[in-house]
Amino acid sequence: MRLRLERRLDVPTALVWATPVVSVALALLAGALFLALTGSNPAEVYGMMLRGAFGSRYGTTETFVKAIPLMLCGLGVGVAFRMLLWNIGAEGQLYMGAFAATWVCLSFPEWPAYLLLPAMLAAGMLFGGLWALLPALPRAYLKANEVITTLMLNYVAILWVSYLVHGPWRDPAGLNFPLSPPFPRTAWLPTFPGTRVHVGLVMAIVAAAVLSVLLWRTRWGYEVRVIGESPRAARYAGMNVERNILLVMLLSGALAGLAGACEVSGVVHRLQHQISPGYGYSAIIVAWLSRLNPWAILVVAVLFGGLLVGGYAVQLAGIPAAVAYMLQGAILFFVLGGEFLTRYRIRLVVPGEVAPERRAAGAAGSGSAPGAGDAVAPARNGRAGDFGGN
Amino acid sequence: MDWVLAVSICQAAVTAGTPILFAALGEILAERAGVLNLGVEGMMLVGAVSGFLVTVRTGSPWLGLLGALVAGGLMALIHAALCVGLRANQVVSGLALTLFGTGLSGYLGKPVIGVPAPSTFRTVEVPVLADIPFLGPVVFGHDYLVYISYLLVPALWFFLYRTRPGLHMRAVGENPAAADAMGINVGWTRYIYTVAGGVLAGAGGAYLSLAYAPTWLENMTAGRGWIAVALVIFAGWNPLVALAGSYLFGGVDALGLRIQAVGTVVPSFFLSMLPYIFTILVLLVSTRGGRRLGAPGALGLAYDREGH
Repeated sequence: MRLRLERRLDVPTALVWATPVVSVALALLAGALFLALTGSNPAEVYGMMLRGAFGSRYGTTETFVKAIPLMLCGLGVGVAFRMLLWNIGAEGQLYMGAFAATWVCLSFPEWPAYLLLPAMLAAGMLFGGLWALLPALPRAYLKANEVITTLMLNYVAILWVSYLVHGPWRDPAGLNFPLSPPFPRTAWLPTFPGTRVHVGLVMAIVAAAVLSVLLWRTRWGYEVRVIGESPRAARYAGMNVERNILLVMLLSGALAGLAGACEVSGVVHRLQHQISPGYGYSAIIVAWLSRLNPWAILVVAVLFGGLLVGGYAVQLAGIPAAVAYMLQGAILFFVLGGEFLTRYRIRLVVPGEVAPERRAAGAAGSGSAPGAGDAVAPARNGRAGDFGGN
Repeated sequence: MDWVLAVSICQAAVTAGTPILFAALGEILAERAGVLNLGVEGMMLVGAVSGFLVTVRTGSPWLGLLGALVAGGLMALIHAALCVGLRANQVVSGLALTLFGTGLSGYLGKPVIGVPAPSTFRTVEVPVLADIPFLGPVVFGHDYLVYISYLLVPALWFFLYRTRPGLHMRAVGENPAAADAMGINVGWTRYIYTVAGGVLAGAGGAYLSLAYAPTWLENMTAGRGWIAVALVIFAGWNPLVALAGSYLFGGVDALGLRIQAVGTVVPSFFLSMLPYIFTILVLLVSTRGGRRLGAPGALGLAYDREGH
């Protein structure tokens, strides 16, 4: 008798949704173990994080403030991932969006709010989109690896914003801090009464709705999903893969750019160095944990916003906020590991017995030749962007 | 440009290139076995902080180095367990490793930020050779870690192309099914070289915190792990080319710093962008037309004996 792994032919829906939940729980457990080993009291730290994030009205609204950029970036990253475009550049696209919105605001401070705000948001989306288009072009036409190009552009965008706030855009009244002058009230996004939560939240919900309609109710969305599952099949079907790469990256970057515009216009009310504490990177985890589902991204973003706010809360007790990022990484590990169980079934095999699916597979002639066709393993599991063979 | 400046820039290019070289050599090992590990940045960070912490605790940079190697290897083990053991997506797992490593190193390193290292790897000039004009200071005026990296490059090249285990490893990366049929254990091979890759990334991190900086700062790798990943493609998965490439990247880095020191009209922020822009350009040139010469055939693909 021994253990055997079998690939599942169909995955029970309950398992698909239970896996992330169990994975998060296990990640928190592992985190607790680590905290205990490094001399912190895990119950205390988690308690503090939970209270910080959801325990008060202020905490809860702050969680939503942090969730908005995670939602927008997560939606952007998610739509790119769906086409197996590894856009790791949401962070830089967010910075470019923040830059463009600030540029509009500083150039036309006299414009009324109904003109200025839409212009700022549009500029943010445009520049975020263009910043994503930059690596999309070589990806589409040269097959240049987009993981590295999008990531490198993050550093460039962050340095660009640093240059602006240290140099030409530095607030003369800012005591030499790297900050732009504050925006006029006309450039502030409206907030929900009594909170710092701005209408970016509504934009994120609308974006999720639009994306789910686009992806599942339009021809274009169908193409994106087919290309994501099998680029070769898409090509045979006459789909223009290159054009879709450009479009998806443009959309992905525009959403991250919108997040950046919302941050300067809705939260900080000026441009500053380190406008984002890594929203673009956390968004990757948010998107994957949500299985790239737009509605799930909204929910998971709130949880991750809470993780960030909780991370700040534990700082008061002398525990580094980095603990929040560590937990995020750990969550993704467990989610990835957990996916194994949704794809494979572990079963006890008594010698002599042949599993029914194996018999069927043998009869169909595909047999179980070692590694036969591992190159055509389902895209989500196998293909790795443009690093490997096609 | 005067002679002294040229010598100092070339010397700095080797110093700045060494952490990238260690990491790139490690990534070549993992990728040659078919495992794409995008967690280099995270492994380097954890290596850097572990090496620094151990050195602060023990006073010995050699023990620190050992700590960095172990830490880098353990980080890579997570990736191997997920991608080889559980056949997870290698891109996402690598990203997770980088994010996790960034958080973990930030957490562990918080108490020692800005603390000077009690002991570091200091420059040890090679007798006689260091007196050769130009080549002497540029090649032989460094610390032990740089000399180790010199030895590692031909050693890895020999291992890859001239030994049986090296052949097996390449077979696993090119065609795991064929390697499996030959009786090579695909899973173990991938585990071993992924972990070995992490060990070398840890060494790259230790070089930063114990020789280059030498101190611990959050996110001190500043994208060098990613540059190493790009360098592997540029180098065509060949350790010898990776050596040249590392110093080229190191040279761009050093040149930017040197121009800043001299003082120019170009703001330092733009000079700091140079290595990143250079990386993108190099990547575009080395992947022109979608041809990636030397890419292992099964890179990034999970191996599943049962087929699909």
